[in-house]
Amino acid sequence: MSNQWLEREKWFDASEVEVRTGINRRDFLKFCTGVAATLGLSGNAGLAIAEAVTNKQRPPVIWLSGQECTGCTESLLRSYHPTVEQLVLELISLEYSETLSAAAGHQVEENRRRAMEQYKGQYVLVVEGSIPTKDGGIYCKVADKTFLHHVEETAAGAAAVIAIGSCASWGGIPSSGPNPTGAVGVPQVVTDRPLVTVPGCPPNPYNFLATVLHLLTFGKLPALDEKLRPKFAYSRLIHENCERRAHFDAGRFALEFGDAGHRQGWCLYKLGCKGPETYANCPQILFGDVGSGSWPVGTGHPCFGCTEQGVGFTKAIHALAHVKNVEPPAHFPRIEEEQGRGVSAGTAAFAGALGGLAVGAGAMAVRDMRKEEATAQKSDKAEG
Amino acid sequence: MATRVTVDPVTRIEGHLRVDVEVDGGKVTKAWASGQMWRGIETILTGRDPRDAWIFAQRICGVCTTVHAITSVRAVENALQLEIPKNAQYIRNMIMTAHAIHDHVVHFYHLSALDWVDVVSALEADPHKTAALAESLSDWPQNSYATMKQAQDRLRAFVGSGQLGIFANGYWGHPAMKLSPEVNLLAATHYLQALEVQRYANQIVSILGGKNPHIQNLAVGGVANPINLDSQSTLTLERLMQVKDMIDKLGVFIKSAYLTDVSAIGAFYADWTTIGAGITSYLSVPDIPLDETGQNFAMPGGYIADGDLANYKPIKTFGDEFFREGVKEAAKHSWYANDAVLHPFDGETVPKYTDFQDDGKYSWIKSPTFYGKPAQVGPLANVLCGVAAGHEATKRYLGQVINNVNALAGIELPLSGLHSTIGRHAARAIRAAVLHEELERQWHLLMENIGRGDTATYVRPEFPKGEVRGFGFHEAPRGVLSHWVVIDNGVIKNYQAVVPTTWNAAPRNQDDAIGPYEASLMDNPVADPERPLEVLRTVHSFDPCLACAVHVFDTDQQQVVRVKAL
Repeated sequence: MSNQWLEREKWFDASEVEVRTGINRRDFLKFCTGVAATLGLSGNAGLAIAEAVTNKQRPPVIWLSGQECTGCTESLLRSYHPTVEQLVLELISLEYSETLSAAAGHQVEENRRRAMEQYKGQYVLVVEGSIPTKDGGIYCKVADKTFLHHVEETAAGAAAVIAIGSCASWGGIPSSGPNPTGAVGVPQVVTDRPLVTVPGCPPNPYNFLATVLHLLTFGKLPALDEKLRPKFAYSRLIHENCERRAHFDAGRFALEFGDAGHRQGWCLYKLGCKGPETYANCPQILFGDVGSGSWPVGTGHPCFGCTEQGVGFTKAIHALAHVKNVEPPAHFPRIEEEQGRGVSAGTAAFAGALGGLAVGAGAMAVRDMRKEEATAQKSDKAEG
Repeated sequence: MATRVTVDPVTRIEGHLRVDVEVDGGKVTKAWASGQMWRGIETILTGRDPRDAWIFAQRICGVCTTVHAITSVRAVENALQLEIPKNAQYIRNMIMTAHAIHDHVVHFYHLSALDWVDVVSALEADPHKTAALAESLSDWPQNSYATMKQAQDRLRAFVGSGQLGIFANGYWGHPAMKLSPEVNLLAATHYLQALEVQRYANQIVSILGGKNPHIQNLAVGGVANPINLDSQSTLTLERLMQVKDMIDKLGVFIKSAYLTDVSAIGAFYADWTTIGAGITSYLSVPDIPLDETGQNFAMPGGYIADGDLANYKPIKTFGDEFFREGVKEAAKHSWYANDAVLHPFDGETVPKYTDFQDDGKYSWIKSPTFYGKPAQVGPLANVLCGVAAGHEATKRYLGQVINNVNALAGIELPLSGLHSTIGRHAARAIRAAVLHEELERQWHLLMENIGRGDTATYVRPEFPKGEVRGFGFHEAPRGVLSHWVVIDNGVIKNYQAVVPTTWNAAPRNQDDAIGPYEASLMDNPVADPERPLEVLRTVHSFDPCLACAVHVFDTDQQQVVRVKAL
């Protein structure tokens, strides 16, 4: 998905209010006075509002909820930098949210409509929850219209779309077999807008917030992988950054909850941990701002791959993971040569032997990362 | 001539709720509550490993995160008659209580307060007067002039930006808004402070649950948290001390701010203690198990028929027969094919959508009954059952709230004032205070047990050949939750969740009797049908959770349709 469309629009840093809001100055002042009157403020307040809007407009966001559990919204209540109050009061203008909007019924629907018109081509659409497509989409309706309709209609005028959570990213739990409602993710419905997916059940709130703030600060989406996931959060396997990785490499495994290995903090692979086939930054970013170990594996429970289509809600918790990077490589990376001093036959042979023995998994990980970084450089070039 | 008012979507709740009322002479004369979303999570569970059910079931709801997970493992454990190590019970109890406290705080301050508090009016308040008022009400240390001024400035900057965001088109200046600017500013300030406080509760859940929402430390048979004070990779003393710190911080807010604020809202809106009673048969279950098998609980639960506390009938243990035999579900007015009244173990559900039919089917929610009658569940049911059972802490905090309301409003509020829209809010705060005492106690129980050298957290489940059935219940933040599972040769054959919002948001039942939301809306005043704020007040007082309410389980016969990706 190209980011160029967004950059071309430059909706976030345009200085002219007409450009940003798409309405002329006279209408704009009328709007501000109207807002002031609605609030019971004096006529002068209208001008003050106009000035504030002109100086610093918070980017408008419309948040749609479909087949969801509100866990993604809830996750934002747990974040500290920024907090949800900073997000909603100071960083963005949340025009529509079924969970948070004070207005209800036709009043809140009016808010959505107004935002879609006023900020056409300039607002960010966030979608939480999957989209039921079976039987014409009747399995989720809001204001008497199907959720499928709402997503299509609201995405049409969006500058960018963020799918938060696994449900919106790839269908998530409602799409797992037998998918009774034909639930799909946003990428299957919205194909002509800049789109990011932030999978996870729910995702770490910082992965979502950093995506939003990237968009607001730099006016474009962060680098994405082929599944439209931000690379800063989803480019490495959990297994690559797991604090228990040393135990995996050394063959020290917990075999049952509460056994000696489990009580020593050994690797959970044999309890079914899906870290080896799940891309996410959980072990690095952790949950809840409470210090070390605050993520599922850190707590003692295997990862079940909630971010990853085909793993989360598909494979059983205790089924063994497909280990993506345990095969030993043919050659250990040529460490000394990269330092510019060449490599002796002895060192190469030693490294090769080592690579074929205990550290095979680690060496493979290095190779994978190099490959990824090469791809990243290539795509940066293309974008630049 | 009656006016039809449709509120769709109802906001500041979890999920997709539509409420219709007919208003005649300024009062509601007819009401319908309709769930608007269906995912079929229980259909998805059929055929899976019962040890995995909680991971799926927890995703029924992310607001009521933890509760479906805990109830699910209880259901499977009940089917297997497992004895759960004490440490696992204590850890689960701490997660449950911390989560429920978060949930109650967020519901009162962030989801429902805007029904009663006019944030725009707060801009006109004198922060000196607000501070003086706040300090006269309680000893909450964040009630100073500087704090009130800062909150007002923040609000002013926000409103001054011209982008009202979530506050746009709210019910500001509505004739039913009665608070003075000073009280509105006080409430708005605590709205912001409560956002900080609820994070403490969530941090407790994050430490113990590994992730929040959607904890990941459970297992059928116990918890996945190993306890080893001599390892650096387990639940260590440092982790437990951080939990204790958060417990202490939470307690100050609940006791000095939440209980006082609820009392103040109750006093200023005392007329709402006579509105919104609805169904006065109450159902609650005991919770916070103190032993391995769920025979002894810290908090009581039971059934009160027709609001008569003298006829309280307790529910005593996990697997209680009185509870098991009483629960049925009807689908006559729900979008399912079979209209029969069925027990959760024997039910069947095939979707049959008809669009909204006033006298026919109009909701994805089924209609549960207890011995044939609708029942109200939730904190109010919990508090009333606590009073009926003589639960000391419940009675103490209830007395405190009633005394506060009486002193502020200069009235003598009868206990029957609890059967009301305001009563449900008061009960939620009372329950939060009781839960906080219990959270602290569970922390001490865990520490003492570890001190005795018991570090067990898990027993291995063994699934027998053939069929076993079980059910688990839990007094969740929104009330009685039960999961029912049929396991055949170690695989899930049937799964059903009967959820608090299913009880409360139920459509008409087999006898066309209206559900608790609908009943509570009857006779509600509606000053302006265009802006039906009063309808929202009563609906919000239940703390609706629609993702929870709508569910289905599968029968073996149901045709499985796989939809090709677009």
